[in-house]
Amino acid sequence: MMADSGSEEIAVIGNTDLTSAELENNIKNTMVEIEKWTSLLRKMEISVGEAEKRTGKNTVNMQEIYTVYLIETRPVDAVTEGIIPAPDSLWRRYSEFELLRNYLLVTYPFVVVAPLPEKRAEIVWHKLSADNMDPDFVERRRVGLENFLLRLASHPVLCNDKIFYIFLTEEKGWKEMVYETGFQAKADSRLKAMNAAFRVKNPDKRFTELKHYSDELQAVVSQLLRVRARVADRLYGVYKVHGNYGRVFSEWSAIEKEMGDGLQSAGHHMDAYAASVDDILEEEEHYADQLKEYLFYTEALRAVCRKHELTQFELEMAAQDLASKKQQKEELVTGTVRTFSLKGMTSKLFGQETAEQREAKLQVLEQQIEEGEEAVKEKNTESDEFVKTAWIDIEHFKDQKDRDLKEALISYAIMQISRCKKGIQVWTNAKECFNKM
Amino acid sequence: MSRTIDAVVSPTQTNTIPADISGQMLDLDEDDDLEVFSKDLTLADGNMFNASMPTSPGSMVNQCKFEEDEESDSKDIFITVDNPESHVTAIETFITYRVLTKTTRSEFDNSEYEVRRRYQDFLWLKGKLEDAHSTLIVHPLPEKFVVKGMVERFNGDFIETRRKALHKFLNRIADHPILSCSEDFKVFLSAQAWELTTYKKQGPGFLSRMGETVRAVANSVRGVKNRPEEFTAIQEYVEDFSNKIGSLDKVTQRIVKEQKEYLEELKEYGPTYTLWSGSEEELAEQLKGVAGCIERCCKETEEQVGHLSDTLVPVLHEYVLCAETLKAVLRRRDNIQAEFEAKNEALATKKVDRDAESSDLGFVWGSLLGKNPEEARHQRQERLDGEIEELKEEIDKLEDRVEWANNALKGDWGRWQRSMRGDLKSAFLSTAEKNVDYYEKYFIFIHTQITVSL
Repeated sequence: MMADSGSEEIAVIGNTDLTSAELENNIKNTMVEIEKWTSLLRKMEISVGEAEKRTGKNTVNMQEIYTVYLIETRPVDAVTEGIIPAPDSLWRRYSEFELLRNYLLVTYPFVVVAPLPEKRAEIVWHKLSADNMDPDFVERRRVGLENFLLRLASHPVLCNDKIFYIFLTEEKGWKEMVYETGFQAKADSRLKAMNAAFRVKNPDKRFTELKHYSDELQAVVSQLLRVRARVADRLYGVYKVHGNYGRVFSEWSAIEKEMGDGLQSAGHHMDAYAASVDDILEEEEHYADQLKEYLFYTEALRAVCRKHELTQFELEMAAQDLASKKQQKEELVTGTVRTFSLKGMTSKLFGQETAEQREAKLQVLEQQIEEGEEAVKEKNTESDEFVKTAWIDIEHFKDQKDRDLKEALISYAIMQISRCKKGIQVWTNAKECFNKM
Repeated sequence: MSRTIDAVVSPTQTNTIPADISGQMLDLDEDDDLEVFSKDLTLADGNMFNASMPTSPGSMVNQCKFEEDEESDSKDIFITVDNPESHVTAIETFITYRVLTKTTRSEFDNSEYEVRRRYQDFLWLKGKLEDAHSTLIVHPLPEKFVVKGMVERFNGDFIETRRKALHKFLNRIADHPILSCSEDFKVFLSAQAWELTTYKKQGPGFLSRMGETVRAVANSVRGVKNRPEEFTAIQEYVEDFSNKIGSLDKVTQRIVKEQKEYLEELKEYGPTYTLWSGSEEELAEQLKGVAGCIERCCKETEEQVGHLSDTLVPVLHEYVLCAETLKAVLRRRDNIQAEFEAKNEALATKKVDRDAESSDLGFVWGSLLGKNPEEARHQRQERLDGEIEELKEEIDKLEDRVEWANNALKGDWGRWQRSMRGDLKSAFLSTAEKNVDYYEKYFIFIHTQITVSL
């Protein structure tokens, strides 16, 4: 569901005037492939139009250069009525996108939240620089961020989130609003839980399978992307060396009479062949980005599985706790000590308690049992809710993944076809030139 | 690089087209020589019709077509080099090749010969031809040892490449109007192994060869003074051509290298899609489809690299060697002219000596010894006159040699340029065709895949 990349131009600060052609382009970018049933996107178009560099002081009071991205929104109705008003817009930097995503992860733990594009360029082939300031990287990130927003806006649950809406529409004060929700505390405990080691006795089998799948997917897609980058590197080498033919043919044609013309024109075709690889590989980079998105999705999948484990674990703990309390009550009532407890030992050693003491204890226990049963009921509901909502979202994710990746694979095959066509053309032309030699 | 013996042709030349000087003069009439020449002229005019073309087996005709198509109708000699065999002796291991000749030429006793020759024998033949015809362009032999890329001399590809080059070498000689008449060539094609060994031992002795080489070196040091413009032009062309063809050789080898590395990566790439398909349900078919496409790309790339290595690389390499041959030929021509110029200078000096009237040491000596000064001077004059006459004779012969050498080179130069154009055009054409084929095949495969599984 990647939108087409827009222009790479860096705008002058404050200038949001777009020509009608650019607006047209923005509309096309966002209208394509939007799921019709999403409520937010029915109402508004969203695009990440441009990127710009800013300087400022960071948290440790040092000067830094960072990139900001222009988010533009426009109500859908306005367009369909034939009038094209200027979009509303604001600037956001990458860290704000990260904050938004963290907030959503914490607030909707049962949702497979779309990933952000890479913070730093990784798995690149040699031509692409790993520099965050590189314009090509910035451009690809812009496209990735737009895709991220569109994913959120088309998600049935997330699109209704208020914080998300404000992120899109109000530049100032948004950050404070996020922190006011108190999500930070939840985020911290979530992080702790994610990293904690615990054993779940009865996890839902589907989640266990999903975890295996996401591990496999991550491993295989990373490997695929690495090898693809190497293949791209080699292909680049092959094409570019042919450029040398162009140079030598041209020089050679100068000393030949009969062969001169043929050689000269063949040389031009060799130059064209060498140059054609740049576009080819740029298109392939787009394909790689589509795969990368799903590579990063595996992290979100794992997070949901983890959350299930946590919920299940808490339920099991609560049930265990309840069971032990019930047992304690039984022991107290029947007077038999089945389990070892310090109290039991001391009472054996130092004599039985009085009936009053026993009664008091019993009452406490019954209270605890009541609370415990409430807790278990609550946890049970929570767990069931979670499993239900999470699984709906996971099915939704699976369908989306199958659709998107199918399309990506087909488009990859089409890219290869296009490369073949170009190759056939160049070498047929070269053949004609050689014939004239 | 094959060694060329930079010797000067010995002065036992006749005024007709010189035969080679291996000690056994060719039993040819002038007429036969001219006939051979006129055959070539006929060919050049495009008038090809020789009713005495022998019936040859299919493979022969194919080899013939592989060579020079236009002349195939009037070819009267067909040579193939094939069937490499390894021979192991106590001292060494070497490869021999079968040389099969079918011919209707009258100078051959039989119409068919089958002999086995090793690389050394080809080297010997080349040396003999260059000795006898120092300004004709002899097609190069494949190199003695290959420096880069190949370790074993007996590696299958190396032998095959060498075989093809040896085949081309002999056929080029067979096509040459003058070289193909060489007695050494005939012996090479027809003699049994022991006969050849005996034959090789004949010919000018080691010392006379030494003398020739020393003279040649001396001449090359002096240099030529009045080189005709056209040969300077040829030399400049050869310099440039040598550079260009060397570059093309390097570029092509680089392409082969890059393609091979690309292929290596591709071989790893396809399987990752197959691996992935194992984890998927809906996507499995598409993933396998892409894996299949990549596999197909591997196959086609492998074929294409093979074609490049078999077709373009050897031809470019051959012409790198040709360029060196041309340089040597030009040098030899210069040497011949230099020798001629040197002798002319010697003549001029002698004439000056003779015409000197004034008293000299001889006159003084003569008078001291009691000789009649007039008589002494007269004796001296006679001696010098004799020497001058000798020189004049030598100079005449050298002049003829220079003229013949120049004409031979000029004639061969045209032939060589035509061959070069033909060879290189055909090699590049074939490469371009293969590349089109590569992309077409891959295109069709992907197309089918898209309709089937993608």
